[in-house]
Amino acid sequence: MEKKKACGAHCIKISDINVRFGDEVVLKDVNIHLHCGHLVALIGPNGAGKSTLIKSILGEVKHTGKVTFRNLVKGKAEKMKIGYVPQSLNIERDIPVTVYDLFASYISCYPVWLPKRKSLYEKIVRQLSIFSIEDCIDKQIGKLSGGELQRVLLSIAITPMPNLLILDEPVSGIDHNGVMDFYRLVDTIKRENDIAILLVSHDLDLVKEYADKVLLLNHEVICEGTPDEVYDDPRFHEIFDEEK
Amino acid sequence: MDLIYHMMDVLLPFDFISFTFMKNALLAILISAPIFALIGTMIVNKRMAFFSDAMGHSALCGIAVGVVFGFMNLSLSMIVFAVLFSVLLNFVKDRTTYGADTIISVFASIALALGLALLSLGGSFNKYNSYLIGDILSITSEENIFLVACLALVLLMWIFAYNKINADSISRPLARSKGISGKLYDYLFSAVISVVIMLSIRWIGVLLINSLVILPAASARNVSLNTRQYHLLTLIFSVVMGVLGLVISYYVHVPTGPMIVLLLGGTFFVTFIIHTLVKR
Repeated sequence: MEKKKACGAHCIKISDINVRFGDEVVLKDVNIHLHCGHLVALIGPNGAGKSTLIKSILGEVKHTGKVTFRNLVKGKAEKMKIGYVPQSLNIERDIPVTVYDLFASYISCYPVWLPKRKSLYEKIVRQLSIFSIEDCIDKQIGKLSGGELQRVLLSIAITPMPNLLILDEPVSGIDHNGVMDFYRLVDTIKRENDIAILLVSHDLDLVKEYADKVLLLNHEVICEGTPDEVYDDPRFHEIFDEEK
Repeated sequence: MDLIYHMMDVLLPFDFISFTFMKNALLAILISAPIFALIGTMIVNKRMAFFSDAMGHSALCGIAVGVVFGFMNLSLSMIVFAVLFSVLLNFVKDRTTYGADTIISVFASIALALGLALLSLGGSFNKYNSYLIGDILSITSEENIFLVACLALVLLMWIFAYNKINADSISRPLARSKGISGKLYDYLFSAVISVVIMLSIRWIGVLLINSLVILPAASARNVSLNTRQYHLLTLIFSVVMGVLGLVISYYVHVPTGPMIVLLLGGTFFVTFIIHTLVKR
C-alpha cells in the first residue's frame, strides 16, 4: 500500500456550498469541516442533496462556495487529492474491460489497448492485494460480484492515497456481511493512512458504529455532531420517522 | 505515389490491381479500416452509434456548405463543418434536459434537410447521388492523403487519450476525481468521429457509413474478454472484410460499400452465435 505518514495536521473545509437547479435550491450554505483520520457520515432522506454535494466537491456540478485543504502546521493551503468510490458503474455484463483495463485507465497514461506493461500490472496486483482481490485482475468488470467491484473501486480510489476519500453509498447491492466487511476495510484505511473520509450512507446502525461525526443533510445541514448527538436530536426523528 | 503503385504491382500480382482506381480504392480501405476499427470500439462502448449515424447524414450539409461557398477543396470545408457541428451539438446537449437522442435527431434532421435543399438548388441533386451510396472506385490519391492524416490523428488520440476517454465512459465522476475532464474528451472524441465520417462519405456513402464503424466493433465485442482482444479483433474484421469486399465486388459487379457491409453483417452473426454458444 502507498502509505502516507500520519500527521493529524490537515484540515479540509467545505465552505458555503450553494447549488441551484433553476429556481430549486438543492443545497443551501453547506459547511463541513473534515480532519484527517476522521470519518464523517452524511445522512439524510432521499433527494436531500447528498449526491449533489459530492458532485459539487468533485467539481461535477455548478456551485458557489469552495473546498480548501490546509496544512495546519505549515499554515498554508495545499492541493488536495480526492479518492472517490461511486455508487455504481455504467457498464454491461459483457463489456470487454478487465479489472486491469479499468484500473489502468484511471491511474496510468499507458494505453490499455496495447500489450500489458509488466510494471503497471504488478502495481495493480499490489494495490488489489490490499483487499485480497488480486485474483480478479484479469476478470471482466461486468462479471465481478457486488463486493468484488466495490473493493476494486476502493482500491482505485486509494491509488495514490488521497487526502479525502469520498464514498457514495458504496454498499448498495451487497449482502449484510459484505457491507460489514466493507466498513471494516474503510475503517482500517482511515486508521492506517490518517485520511479524511466522507461517507454517504443509509445504514444508520453502521454509521453509528464507524463514524466519528454525523451530518444530517436536508438541502442544508440540519444538525451535526457525534452519532449519539445527532441520533438523539428531535429533527433526526422528524425526518427519519417520516421516511419510515 | 508512383512508388506505392509500383510496390502494389509487385506485391499483388492480381489482375484487379492493375487499374489505378483499384489501387486507390485498396489504399483507401487499408487506411480507413483501422480508423473505423479504432473509433468503432469506443463508439460501441460509449453507446454513441446513433451519434455517428447522425453525423453521416449531416455530412451532406458539409458538402453543401462547401459547394455554396465555392470551396475548391470540399474535404477541407467538410472538416470545418464537422468540427463546428459536433461542438455545437454537444454544447446544446449539455444545456438541455432532453435525452441525447432527441438533440442528435434535431441536429441531424436539420443538417440533412439543409444539405438536400442546398444541393438541389436548380434541380441538380442527381450529380450528388454518389454521396448517398458512395463510390470507392472514384477515390483519388489526394483524398487518400486526407485519410492518412485522419489515421494519424486517431492514432495520436488513441495513444495519448484512450485511457482518459475510457475512464470517462465508465464513470464520469470517478474520472473527475482523478483529474480527468470528461467533457473535454467527450468534445474531442465527437469532433474526431465527425471528421472521420465526413471524410469517408464520398466513397462509402451516407447510407452505409455507420455500418462500417459499428459492425466490426460490435462483432468483436461478442467474443472479446478484454480491451486488447477487442481492439485486435475489431481491426482484423475491419481490414479483412474491407479488402475482401473490394475484391469480391470487382469480380461479381456489386457496389463495394454494400458488399463490405454484407460481409461485416455476416461476421456479426457468426460471432453472435459463438457468443451465445460459449455463454451456455
